[in-house]
Amino acid sequence: MASTAIRTGGTAGRLSLPPLVEARAARSNLGDRIFRTVLRLAAGAVLLLVLALAGEMARTAWPAMQKFGARFLVTSTWDPVAEQFGALPFVYGTLLSSLLAMLIAVPLGIGAAVFLAELAPQWIRPPIAFLVELVAAVPSVVYGLWGIFVLAPLMRTWIQPFLGSTLGFLPLFQGPPYGVGMLTAGIILAIMVVPFITAVSREVLLAVPNSQREAALALGATRWETTRLAVLRYGRSGLIGAGLLGLGRALGETMAVTMVIGNRPEVAISLFAPGYTMASVIANEFTEATSDLYLSALIEVGLLLFLVTVAVNGLARLLVWSVGGAVKVVRE
Amino acid sequence: MTARTRRVVNRVMGGLTALAAGLVILPLLLIFGFLLFQGASAVNVDFFTHLPKPVGEDGGGMANAIIGSLILVGLAACLGLPIGILGGVYLAESRDRRMPWLVRFLADVLNGVPSIVIGIFAYALVVLPMRRFSALAGAVALAVIMLPIVVRTSEELVRLVPSSLREAALALGIPEWKVILRVVLPTARAGIITGVMVAVARVAGETAPLLFTAFGNRFWHQGLDQPIAALPLQIFAYAIAPYDDWHRQAWAGALVLIGMVFIVSLAARVATRGRFSGVR
Repeated sequence: MASTAIRTGGTAGRLSLPPLVEARAARSNLGDRIFRTVLRLAAGAVLLLVLALAGEMARTAWPAMQKFGARFLVTSTWDPVAEQFGALPFVYGTLLSSLLAMLIAVPLGIGAAVFLAELAPQWIRPPIAFLVELVAAVPSVVYGLWGIFVLAPLMRTWIQPFLGSTLGFLPLFQGPPYGVGMLTAGIILAIMVVPFITAVSREVLLAVPNSQREAALALGATRWETTRLAVLRYGRSGLIGAGLLGLGRALGETMAVTMVIGNRPEVAISLFAPGYTMASVIANEFTEATSDLYLSALIEVGLLLFLVTVAVNGLARLLVWSVGGAVKVVRE
Repeated sequence: MTARTRRVVNRVMGGLTALAAGLVILPLLLIFGFLLFQGASAVNVDFFTHLPKPVGEDGGGMANAIIGSLILVGLAACLGLPIGILGGVYLAESRDRRMPWLVRFLADVLNGVPSIVIGIFAYALVVLPMRRFSALAGAVALAVIMLPIVVRTSEELVRLVPSSLREAALALGIPEWKVILRVVLPTARAGIITGVMVAVARVAGETAPLLFTAFGNRFWHQGLDQPIAALPLQIFAYAIAPYDDWHRQAWAGALVLIGMVFIVSLAARVATRGRFSGVR
């Protein structure tokens, strides 16, 4: 019995396929080849898009790059009438508002993620994680609306006068409380990116192997000690990545910031003063750009923003991916 | 450290992180509360059926903007979804070495590119050659924003299909392309639909890329090559205008928009409840 099986197997191995089967195999190979080409084209579209994005923007920004060169980055005259363009106030506004947002959002986001992934009782985790996702789904323009009509008046009547009277000896907290301005923009940005940082950090923490936790717990560590020694340390690079992803968001966030930052192209020390960001100058002036050079200068601002966010996001992804298995889709 | 201080620290940190979690979701309650408080009174039948009224006249609605948003998102989905899903299948099924890694990385990077920059891209690509703002340009911008989300979600879900299913089908002599189209994709369907809905919810609220592509319009839809109204654009225009009536309309618009976004997000969640546990 056994020997027959072996012999049959042996003959089958030597047998060539009947012609009919071969023809069908060839045809399906053709189908497979076509299908694979289609798939490759679809994937190539992503690649092509990123290249086209960069190329198209570089092309349209070229006149401004040629005219102003490096001066574009270090001068702060933005005068469409005289066609003098220096983007320093916008770069400054973008960096400062994002920095403020990060100062608030990173500790809060990572804290919330630790709660959701490590310390909270099991039953409370899914509903809170769900609420965090909902906060992340609120459209930017709704935050902006809320910022104009709720947050800005609140800042003007309570928070800024309070900060002015207690920390007013610092130049950061001097000047009249307008309500709208850099600080308000930073706070609204923090509110917007914090759910995002929470979600990514939570993914990172969930990707930390359980053996890490078990080892620490077995040595008698408390939950918090386990988290601090075994989990946070293991996921450190991923958490930095989560923060950077949040930073990438904050740098490019447009609508809400445009609505509360005050839109004045100035480099001011005080956080109460109105400012302007790269994204909001594009949003406000793009349709009003009357001359080609003006448009080109705005597109150059966009190109700068693109390059900065690509660099920040690229680094962030590599860091998040480095925590094994955390290659999860990050949902908005 | 004594055992007691360690226990105390444990408690304190538990409390602090719980506080952080509370602070993260607090804005949701505040914003939603204000939307209901300010917007609910202006949401009525007229809001869904009428054009905006000129300044000073009471009533009117944002029907054109609601329809405009639906058209824009629908058109964007037609452009972005097929490419996105096929790209995702490629990432999950490809046996190449470098290309999938590069595409995955670029998709994630593209996902992080500010939406206003994507707007500039659509402007250069569609508005400049056509010499006018159009619904088409807006839809292209939204499709580019959708694409990376759809690519990455479909990849995740195609990966989750057990390889035993694939192997069983292949062992029957079915060609690979048929296995993917008839076995793998139908199995992953529920999850992919979720991913699609998440992408739709995201772009439905996008404002920045529409400012200089779709541009906005105070009247009904006039063809895909004409400027078109969109709900987020209308909210923005009304919010920064100096009229109280318009502010009320803006709150109402925001309430409707957030309602639409939440319904889509909730539907996405309910659609996959119980299946693919561990994958959201």
